[in-house]
Amino acid sequence: MLIRRKPDVLPSEITSHEVYQDRRQFLKAAGFGLATSAAISTGLISLPVQAATDIKHGQKIAGFRKTAFGADEKLTPFDDVASYNNFYEFGTSKGDPAQHAGSLKPRPWTVSIEGAVKKSKTISIEDIFKLAPLEERIYRMRCVEGWSMVIPWVGFSLSRLINWAEPTGNAKYVEFVTLADPMQMPGVRVPILDWPYVEGLRMDEAMHPLTIMAVGLYGEVLPNQNGAPMRLVVPWKYGFKGGKSIVKIRFTDKMPQSTWMKAAPEEYGFYANVNPDVPHPRWSQKTERRIGSGLFSPRIKTQPFNGYADQVAQLYAGMDLRRNF
Amino acid sequence: MRPDKQQIARIKAALFVLALVPLARLFWLGFTDNLSANPVEFVERSTGTWALVCLLVTLSMTPIRLLTGMTWQIQLRRMTGLFMYFYACLHFATYIWLDHWFFWDEITADIIKHPYVLVGFTAFVLATPLAITSNRAMMLKLGANWKKLHMLVYPIAILAVLHFWWLVKKDIREPSLYALVLSVLLGIRIYYKRTQSRAHKPASKAQLNQQH
Repeated sequence: MLIRRKPDVLPSEITSHEVYQDRRQFLKAAGFGLATSAAISTGLISLPVQAATDIKHGQKIAGFRKTAFGADEKLTPFDDVASYNNFYEFGTSKGDPAQHAGSLKPRPWTVSIEGAVKKSKTISIEDIFKLAPLEERIYRMRCVEGWSMVIPWVGFSLSRLINWAEPTGNAKYVEFVTLADPMQMPGVRVPILDWPYVEGLRMDEAMHPLTIMAVGLYGEVLPNQNGAPMRLVVPWKYGFKGGKSIVKIRFTDKMPQSTWMKAAPEEYGFYANVNPDVPHPRWSQKTERRIGSGLFSPRIKTQPFNGYADQVAQLYAGMDLRRNF
Repeated sequence: MRPDKQQIARIKAALFVLALVPLARLFWLGFTDNLSANPVEFVERSTGTWALVCLLVTLSMTPIRLLTGMTWQIQLRRMTGLFMYFYACLHFATYIWLDHWFFWDEITADIIKHPYVLVGFTAFVLATPLAITSNRAMMLKLGANWKKLHMLVYPIAILAVLHFWWLVKKDIREPSLYALVLSVLLGIRIYYKRTQSRAHKPASKAQLNQQH
C-alpha cells in the first residue's frame, strides 16, 4: 500500500510559536504577581523555581530513519508525554505510571506469537528489532478522555512483524495481550480491570501502513510508563487501543473482546475510531485539549479519524460508525 | 472544651487562613509551572475536591454535637459552608472559562447530555440560595423557612458525591471514600433522630440559637 506523504494537519491548526510563548509569558506574569506578594510575606521568595518535572531520559536509539509524518506538528514536550499517562497497571492517576513504572523490567523480554500463524513461536525483543528498520513517526494521539498529544514515536510497521509471522487464512483479527505481573506492576494487584489488558485490531487495520509498534519516543528508548519495551500505536483510534508492554500477539478468526469492552460495553467499542460525531456516554468527543498548550488555551476541534481520514476511512466503507463505535 | 468569645474569633481567623491554603497552593504551583501536563484538569479537580471537603466538614458539625455534646463548633459552620461555595464557584468558573472558553452551546449541551455534569451543575445551582441567605439578616428575615431552605444541603451533598462518582472511569476508590464519609455523617443524624426521645439528649435548639 502506498503511504501518502501529504501533511496531515492544516496550517491553521498549528499554534504559532509566538502565540505559544505569549501565552506562557502571560501565565507566568499573572502567576508571578500573585505568587510574589504571597511569597514575600511568607519568606518563600528565596526558594528557587523548581523544574516542572524531573522525568528520567532513556538511552538514545541509534540509526532510525526520519519520516515526513507530522513534520509540521508542534510536539508535546517530552516531560508531558512521559509524565501524563494512562497505564492502569501502575495506578489509575495520570502521574502514577511515571512514579511507579521503575519496577518494570523491559529486558530481557520476549513476545509470544500465537494462533493462526505458521511461525507460532516466542521471539525475543532483540530479534523483533531486526525484523524491520526503525523509523520516526510523528503522530497525534487522541485519548478517549478528550485530551491529545503529538508524539514523535520511534518504531516499525506492524505489517513487517505480521508478514514475518505468516498468518494463515484463518487470521481475521489480531489480539494484543500486555504484561500483567503483580510483582512489577502494583496496579495489577487491584482488580480494577480484568487483567491482563487485551486489545485487538482487524487484520486490515493491523496491516495498515500507519499502524506501528513503537519502541521509543523522542529518539530514546520508550520510557517504562509509555509501554516499554514495545507498544501498539494506531493513530486514528483512541489511545486506549494502543496496548503497552506487549507480551503476546495472537491471530484469530473471532473478534477479540478488549478489556474496556468487557469493563463497559456501552462506553467502549471494538473499533474506537476517533469520531467527533459519536459522543462518549459521559463526554462529548467534539473537541480536545492539547497537552502542553498551557492553562490559558482553548480546546481544539477533534477531526474524524483523528485527521487520518484520507488514509484510513476506506477501511470502514459501508459500515455504520455510530453502531460500530 | 468551651472556647470563649476571643478564642472563637482566633479559631475562626485560623480556619479562614487554612481554608485559603488550597487556593494559594494552586497559585504557587501555577507560578512554578507545576500544574501537571494538564493544568486545566488539575485546577478543575483540585477546586472540586476542596469544595467537597468543605461541604463534608460543614456537615460534620452536627454529628460532632450529637456524639460529644460539644456545640461551639457550630459557630464555624457558616464559614466552612461559604468556603464550599467559594471553591464550587472557582470549580464552575474553571469549567466555563478555562475548560470551555464560554462556548455556551458546548457548555449547555455538556450539562444536559452528561449525567455527571448535570448533577454537579444542579448541586451548584442549589447551593447558590444557601450562600445568599447565609447572613444574619436573611436568617432573621426568613425565620423558620431559613432552616427548611438550608435542608437543601443534604441533596447538594448527595449530588456532589454522585458528580465525582460518575466522573471516574473505573477506579471508584476515591469517590467511594467521600460517599462513605457522607453516609456516616448522614447515618449519625438518622440514628439520633430515631433515638432522640431516649437516653442521649442533644443540646436544645434554643441553646444553639443563642450562640449564633
